[in-house]
Amino acid sequence: MYPNDYQREGANNSPTIKRWLPVREYLLGNAAIARGLIEAGVGLVAGYPGTPSSEIIETLVGFKSERPPHVEWSVNEKVALEVAAGACWTGRRAAATMKHVGLNVAADPFMTLAYLGVGSGLVVICADDPYCHSSQNEQDSRRYAQFAGIPCLDPENPQEAKEMTVFAFELSEKFNIPVMLRPTTRVSHAREDVEVGQAAKSATKGRFVKDPARRVALPIHARPLHHELLAKQAAIEEELEKAPWNSIELKGDTGIIASGIAGLYAKEAVTELGEDLSLLCIGTYPLPGKMIRHMLEHVRRVMIIEELEPVVEEQVRMIAREVNPGVEILGKDAAISREGELDYLRVREAIANMIGKPACQEPSDLPMGVLPPRPPSLCPGCSHRATYYAMRKVFGKKAIYPSDIGCYTMAVGMGTVDTCLCMGASITLASGIAFGGEEEGICCSLGDSTFLHGGMTGLLNAAYNKARITVTILDNSTTAMTGHQPHPGTGMTATGEETTRVSIEALARALGAGMVETVDPYRLDETMESFKRARDYPGLSVIIARQPCVIRARRGGARPKTFQVGEECIGCKLCLDYDCPAIEFENDKAKINALCSGCGVCAAICSSSAIKEVAR
Amino acid sequence: MRTSECDLVIVGVGGQGVILISDVLGRAAVLAGKPVCGAETHGMAQRGGSVINHTRIGCRFSPMVAAGGADVLVALEPAEALRFAQFLSPAGVALVNTRPVLPSTVTSGKARYPPLDEILAPIEGHSSRVIAMDATALAQTAGSSQAMNVVMLGALSRYIPISEDLVLQALAQVVPPRFLEINRKAFVLGKAEVE
Repeated sequence: MYPNDYQREGANNSPTIKRWLPVREYLLGNAAIARGLIEAGVGLVAGYPGTPSSEIIETLVGFKSERPPHVEWSVNEKVALEVAAGACWTGRRAAATMKHVGLNVAADPFMTLAYLGVGSGLVVICADDPYCHSSQNEQDSRRYAQFAGIPCLDPENPQEAKEMTVFAFELSEKFNIPVMLRPTTRVSHAREDVEVGQAAKSATKGRFVKDPARRVALPIHARPLHHELLAKQAAIEEELEKAPWNSIELKGDTGIIASGIAGLYAKEAVTELGEDLSLLCIGTYPLPGKMIRHMLEHVRRVMIIEELEPVVEEQVRMIAREVNPGVEILGKDAAISREGELDYLRVREAIANMIGKPACQEPSDLPMGVLPPRPPSLCPGCSHRATYYAMRKVFGKKAIYPSDIGCYTMAVGMGTVDTCLCMGASITLASGIAFGGEEEGICCSLGDSTFLHGGMTGLLNAAYNKARITVTILDNSTTAMTGHQPHPGTGMTATGEETTRVSIEALARALGAGMVETVDPYRLDETMESFKRARDYPGLSVIIARQPCVIRARRGGARPKTFQVGEECIGCKLCLDYDCPAIEFENDKAKINALCSGCGVCAAICSSSAIKEVAR
Repeated sequence: MRTSECDLVIVGVGGQGVILISDVLGRAAVLAGKPVCGAETHGMAQRGGSVINHTRIGCRFSPMVAAGGADVLVALEPAEALRFAQFLSPAGVALVNTRPVLPSTVTSGKARYPPLDEILAPIEGHSSRVIAMDATALAQTAGSSQAMNVVMLGALSRYIPISEDLVLQALAQVVPPRFLEINRKAFVLGKAEVE
């Protein structure tokens, strides 16, 4: 049906674009966004990995062309946005990618860039995660856009996300302002047959043009720029009113206003219910005020369907006061939850309930109680488990263990994860807990990528202010949780080029740690000895527990050792305490199953020396 | 009014190859000229947790299948079949690999893994048909237990509105050439289970 060479050659290949015919490809939302960046002729993309945004840059890394864009994993989101801003000021289109909480880190440049404006287009791609599928909170980035006075595009599916990406650059350039693209998990990680277009020709080299009044945010410049920012809002709204992602269909006197992916759910519900409802679907902020007016003039009752915050609803209520004070407005207070994510059924039930239609049949009761829980867990052979085991043995149950953002939060059951707040906060929380007067030992932990992202300033602060804590850097030499992206400690860039490999030991010393030791966590005894020295050290100590991520090691062809449980097993269950998925208990004896990666830590734990390495 | 031609839910444990099945289906739908959409599990849950993948063939709406709406549930692991059985429509079919993957809650002795009957009986009561097979053993016969997901794809191929040729064509796009023969065998063995 779509016969062309590209597809037959294998859409499995990297997105090399040769001769283009209109093609549909089954693309992940994030891959569709990456495609949009290429079709917009982006010159630079910088980001920090974070679910659900990571695959945008990962897709771009595979893109081959004569002059590919500069693509980088930055050290953190603030850095990424500033790098992107610099590039756009040379006249090349630039984008920064991040997850919603990453925008908190990048909030400083984000807010002031709204004043300073862009050179060529600048797009901030910020992926929200309603329901916290893989996040520590579910903040709504539309609020940030509103706060900064930056336009925001809220796609409902991968196709729209791709088109909005291209449009975002045009809008950014037309109004001299950064633009936010805000996909949610269900757009970034949706797949769809997306119509892909032609890659734009890359722009020539950029040049920075000096313009202090627009590049130097001194008070004397910032005041008029703030005025300009406010003044252009109305023009942006008028422009967006015409955008194809806002659509209105006026029918019956009951209406629905839905935004982003909620619009898709609403369209499906209206189709399925077969009712004569008026429908306004919104994909842009500032909101299309005229369309909202038309809807409010037409209906006597309207339901606002949006995920998370009542951003649309608040505006609708304000406009209703002017145009139709009597209209009944249903929103966050009754019909639609402000927490978690919406889905088709929730939206359908809310609409059905409003118009007095019966709810869907309740699915029959299934005996879910018989099922064992299957929470995500550290992999068999994960070195974090070994490090935490040694840490807990040395510091004891009463010690305080602030932790951080990464795979290791899955070790919460081991008793070594007492806090998880935001990137790098393990060290600073540990410092505060120490200064607060806590007398138990304090041993915090964070991953290598997290340390480089947001932990270094905390370590510097701990040294400067004399915090007597132990900082453990769980160094698996990758950004594991988000899919194994490289970072400055790996000696490799996003595109696989070799680069300076930053020494975490040297960094820790330079930031002022008094004791810095590196251990191999698979060597349990040595690791425990090192933790003892750190515990007894009268100052700031850093332990770097280094062992490559077991998933990466396996992919890299590492041949694991093989272990078995011998007759000596007395069934004491000491090894079960290690909580490794590769250790089972059968007929009162331990057993090592096929998941074993051969780290050998359980052999060191076994009190009766029953676990032994065997020849393959 | 139906808003999708065929709704599928593919479930299993992180790392079993759930995404590959939906990737093949999506590509096959594109080859067939049908609109197709879906939703995947990424991130934290992939680390040995339960994963669910939605695929909707002939659909332009929500990427997720509604509870009680799936025409077919494909489960690469029996406990996960029951965990997500609420997605199945009463008229739907469940295709279940009977080979358990024990969660750490079971291996560490904190929870019990129920016998197969206890898992399958309620799904039988909830849907029109349950087809259970040891897909892992079939994949071993084909040449690699890793091809278990393709055994399930073969079984599924009987229930989707896309021709087998196109599914196999899409499979060849996704699977590395050196494993293609094993996967083709696995596909045939899975298909035979539902004939």
